[in-house]
Amino acid sequence: MISKEQVQHVAKLARLELTEEEIGKMQKDLSSILDYFDILKKVKGKPEKMLLKSDNVVRKDESFPENNNLAGDLILAAPDKKDGYIKVNQIL
Amino acid sequence: MDLTKLTIREAHEGLKNKKFTSRELTQAFLDRIKEKDREVAAYLSITEELALEQANKADKIIANSKDFPMLLGIPCAIKDNILVKYQKCTAGSRILENYIAPYNATVINKLVENGAVIIGKTNLDEFAMGVSTENSVFFTTKNPHDLERVPGGSSGGSAASVAADEAMYALGTDTGGSIRLPASFCGVVGLNPTYGAVSRYGAIAMASSLDQIGPIAKTVEDAKIIFEAISGKDPLDSTSADYIFKESSVDLKGLRIGVPKEYLAEGLDPEVEKIVKNAIVKAKEKGAEIIDISLPTTEYAIACYYIIVPSEVSSNLARYDGIKYGLSESSENLLDVYLKTRGRGFGTEVKRRILIGTYSLSSGYYDAYYKKAQEARELIKEDFKKAFEKVDVIFSPVSPIPAFKIGEKANDPLSMYLMDIYTCPVKLAGVPAISLPAGKIGNLPVGLQIIGNHFEENKILSVAAQMENMLK
Repeated sequence: MISKEQVQHVAKLARLELTEEEIGKMQKDLSSILDYFDILKKVKGKPEKMLLKSDNVVRKDESFPENNNLAGDLILAAPDKKDGYIKVNQIL
Repeated sequence: MDLTKLTIREAHEGLKNKKFTSRELTQAFLDRIKEKDREVAAYLSITEELALEQANKADKIIANSKDFPMLLGIPCAIKDNILVKYQKCTAGSRILENYIAPYNATVINKLVENGAVIIGKTNLDEFAMGVSTENSVFFTTKNPHDLERVPGGSSGGSAASVAADEAMYALGTDTGGSIRLPASFCGVVGLNPTYGAVSRYGAIAMASSLDQIGPIAKTVEDAKIIFEAISGKDPLDSTSADYIFKESSVDLKGLRIGVPKEYLAEGLDPEVEKIVKNAIVKAKEKGAEIIDISLPTTEYAIACYYIIVPSEVSSNLARYDGIKYGLSESSENLLDVYLKTRGRGFGTEVKRRILIGTYSLSSGYYDAYYKKAQEARELIKEDFKKAFEKVDVIFSPVSPIPAFKIGEKANDPLSMYLMDIYTCPVKLAGVPAISLPAGKIGNLPVGLQIIGNHFEENKILSVAAQMENMLK
């Protein structure tokens, strides 16, 4: 069983605000799900090669001409903006 | 003639022979939605204006040409996690409730180039996380075959719209079974393409190493027509493959069909088993060779999948910060903007997965969970690789049970996860699979899953078309 404090710690890492009720529910759900993951302890033998070692794909850093209004449309989607810039709270 | 009952090919012939116009066809579907969607609730939004404009455009092309694309003038529905320019795209989430897509997904551009008519956006589990559409924050879609039951998920709105004749075909996305499961539950055809066969650009990301867009249709042939139109390399998706679909005809005589013993084991509803076995017998009668195979890593698949997916989810959904787009809860302090926006914007299953993923990736737990799951994934891939050395295709059930009742599993996330047992190993291996109707239990449809090797959609589509004929 994972503790309430662990749930709160992970929620903070994930930038999620949880209510008291949610913390209790997640504690219960996560515990049973993590218990289920114990089946992986039975996994024997190492794979021959790992997925993450596949080839990298790169492209030239060029703009796509058909998307020339995209920047404006993207800014438009921001909740808080001014003069074509997105506004963000001060961080320092 | 009821236009909404036609297949793509039939409608194409009708348009070609001037039996009806795209405008009439589109209007028939819009009328059908008005009549039927009150009970089925497949759609989150109807894009009527866009649809009629596209239909008029199609009619002009039809008036002036003898040959035009199969999809020209044909109305379709799009899962609401695929971007259609200047239309709402909610992903079934509060956090994107008022989000307007600034561009088209590549698959939408391809459909538009083919002259498609987009009639609406369909319901889904929030961010495609679920197997029933009960995780949509807006409402639950009903199974058109039994309104008290779920349509399956997460592409439940797409499958239900096709099953209820509210769209001629639909696009869905499949991360662990989200096209095949609802196709099975709703009695329609759903194709999960090979990872990389279809561009993911403009599909709202859930788990990027698994997400794929694919067709949901009335017939195998329709699914093939759609797949052919949307597949191929896209410079905007570096994981898309240099792949051109080429149709082929596979003879059932001498075809080696593998049946994994782990998929016809404990936990499978005996009635579902009967239907799948009946399909196997039919293939055998046509001269196919039935070969018992083993996929011993099946028992690890759910645990592996539900570590890898939440891990990718926790990273992918970090973008919902209340700053770039979507819901924003204002506060003096930046950290509080994040906490409140995400706390209020995400539903329970999304939060659950973000927490599991963050936990699995966090210091001290990474080796036991994420790394272990990646190793298990490689072993699952090796299982399929070995199997395809012995067989051409694999036959299996799509899910252990037919459509369940709304609310039945709502409080038990683990029992929902277990629904993916026959569909998620396919995803972890990155291979293609199709679900097609194989029979019914009472009035509840049951699908047969046909799995192929990487980029062998041609094989599974050909086999599926022949099975479809025999199982009618």
